[in-house]
Amino acid sequence: MPTEHKVHSPTLGGTMAGTVPGQTPPIVVATALGAPGSPDDILAKRPLGPLFWFALAWVAIVAISAIIANLLPLQAPNFQNYTAINASPSIHHLLGTDDLGRDLLSRIVFGARVSLVVGFAAVGIGLVIGGTLGLISGFKGGAFDIAFNAASFVILAFPAIVAVIAIVAFWGQTLTKITVIIGVGTIPIMFRVVRASSLSFANRDFVMAARTLGATSRRIIFREILPNVVPAAVSFGLITVAGVIVLEGSLAFLGLSVALPTPSWGNLIAEGTSNGNLQTNPYIMMWPALAMFLLLLSINLIGDRLRQRFDIREGLL
Amino acid sequence: MSDRRAVGITEGRIEFPDVTDFADPLLVVKDLHTSFRTGRGTVHAVDGVSLSVDRGTTLGVVGESGSGKTVLARSIMGLLPVRDVIRSGTVEFTGHEMTTMAPAQLRQVWGAQMSMIFQDPMTALNPVVRIGNQITDSLRLHLEIDRKEANATAVELLRSVGIPSPEQRIRWYPFQLSGGMRQRVMIAIALACAPRLVLADEPTTGLDVSVQAQILDLLQAMQRERHMAVILVTHDLGVVAKRADEIAVMYAGRIVEKAPTRTLFAHTRMPYTRALMNSIPRLADPSGTRLHAIAGRPPDLIHPPEGCRFAPRCPYVQDKCRESDPPLRTAASSDHVFACWFPLVDGAPPPADGPVASVPGTSPS
Repeated sequence: MPTEHKVHSPTLGGTMAGTVPGQTPPIVVATALGAPGSPDDILAKRPLGPLFWFALAWVAIVAISAIIANLLPLQAPNFQNYTAINASPSIHHLLGTDDLGRDLLSRIVFGARVSLVVGFAAVGIGLVIGGTLGLISGFKGGAFDIAFNAASFVILAFPAIVAVIAIVAFWGQTLTKITVIIGVGTIPIMFRVVRASSLSFANRDFVMAARTLGATSRRIIFREILPNVVPAAVSFGLITVAGVIVLEGSLAFLGLSVALPTPSWGNLIAEGTSNGNLQTNPYIMMWPALAMFLLLLSINLIGDRLRQRFDIREGLL
Repeated sequence: MSDRRAVGITEGRIEFPDVTDFADPLLVVKDLHTSFRTGRGTVHAVDGVSLSVDRGTTLGVVGESGSGKTVLARSIMGLLPVRDVIRSGTVEFTGHEMTTMAPAQLRQVWGAQMSMIFQDPMTALNPVVRIGNQITDSLRLHLEIDRKEANATAVELLRSVGIPSPEQRIRWYPFQLSGGMRQRVMIAIALACAPRLVLADEPTTGLDVSVQAQILDLLQAMQRERHMAVILVTHDLGVVAKRADEIAVMYAGRIVEKAPTRTLFAHTRMPYTRALMNSIPRLADPSGTRLHAIAGRPPDLIHPPEGCRFAPRCPYVQDKCRESDPPLRTAASSDHVFACWFPLVDGAPPPADGPVASVPGTSPS
């Protein structure tokens, strides 16, 4: 991980003195400048810091193990080993077992699938739909903006958790349904963030400049404004992923997450606190809670560092 | 989504005659009015401007801040907000009436036939898009060429505007370039599709004095090479003095004097033009010489004064000036027009030092 600050001044002012108009500048100018470094060189000026890489590593470990969970040498998550009930961590069960003799590491790895899918897919739904509407709304303004803005306020005014509980209770407790419900719930939040950002770029000179070159509104929205909005949307989206993972935990606590015995981190924590497990075997609750805590911390940190890093372009202008 | 569909040029295609095929003038603006409805009232930003520009020539538009220069440039382009704008008059470009064009037709004109160079290269370039892409975007839009060809053209364009090592720099972001470099990139973008008319809206105001001349020279060289017409909008008579074929002086939304550059400087008729000339500091003046500022401020364009709009600030003001508005009239040569009841005569002494005592809020020096 390179942490050294590269001293590189992108300033080229004054070096063009003596350039004859209408002619290509003499080669001397180029050599006096030194060969221009690659853009990535300059972007690496502000290091992301070791914490960022630790966080990214943790997210990567969780994600990769969740994806290849079937290939890992783990006991099946729902296999009950009655000879090892409430076992302490050992070489056979790295994190111990629960009150039904199920391997906790295995349940956490498989449970990560649910938490990650709900977290990222729900925010993905919110970003694609809410983000697109927000981009257009911020750029176009007018009646379109007023209508969608009002709609987002109405949805936000309704307590999200109550709505989600009600819909889940009536509709069903499959992974897809829970993801879609939470995803739809994040649309107004994403809409508002992206709209605010889009609005702040809609009247910039470069938007008018693009217009003077014959660009259509659609082209301006997606080629000029979208790249500027992405950093804010991504970092806010990551923070929302963390929030959605917690929301899944809350649903599990109320028995409304993915149907048992399918493990999800929320389900695992809920199990760890029921049936007196907290007193007899606190590991059941502790491991998934720790995994979730570290994942949320990591995601927030990544989102924050990415935002800081992408800010420099604006800062230097 | 193909780029071509995104342009929306499937219908209403306009045919533009080749640059040699039509008679001058390239652009004719007649009695152009642009007003904005605001909370305080209607601002008459451009109030009856007529002008014409021939192929390959430069028209300098000069005036103070708030005289309507920028609004004039944007009105010619047709780049005005949709809401709360009242406009009238005609803008004829290569024989095509621009004010009645549909948005899809305007997009055919913008960039390809007529383009604009903005005042501040810091804000007119998209901060998060590589400069190469900003150039190739309009190339691919109008010329319908592929990415590779467009990239090669972008490199050539950057080279022609004097950017060293363009092959590497097309991958740079705007923040990695200095102000002068960014303005060169802006010029490259504006000239990419070889437009016939370029509107340069104070192209050097945001730049270092040492870079200003380079940018103007560059613009002039590109103009000569490509036989483009340029409308150079500036508040600095010094900037246009050497570079414009004709100069229009604007005050309070109107053209108050217009003449070929040489005539304008030799036979100034309008006191405002003279005042602008005098406000350029001279290096030959002894140190400690007071700068010749024009006393007072430009008039409120919501309630413009009765009579000549320059009257409250004019050192030669007479009663008639305050009562009736002077029309544009022709001077000795037919291409010289001015709006003044009591025009200056050649060789007359310069206006008295300092402002007139009657101007409110100022005191004579």
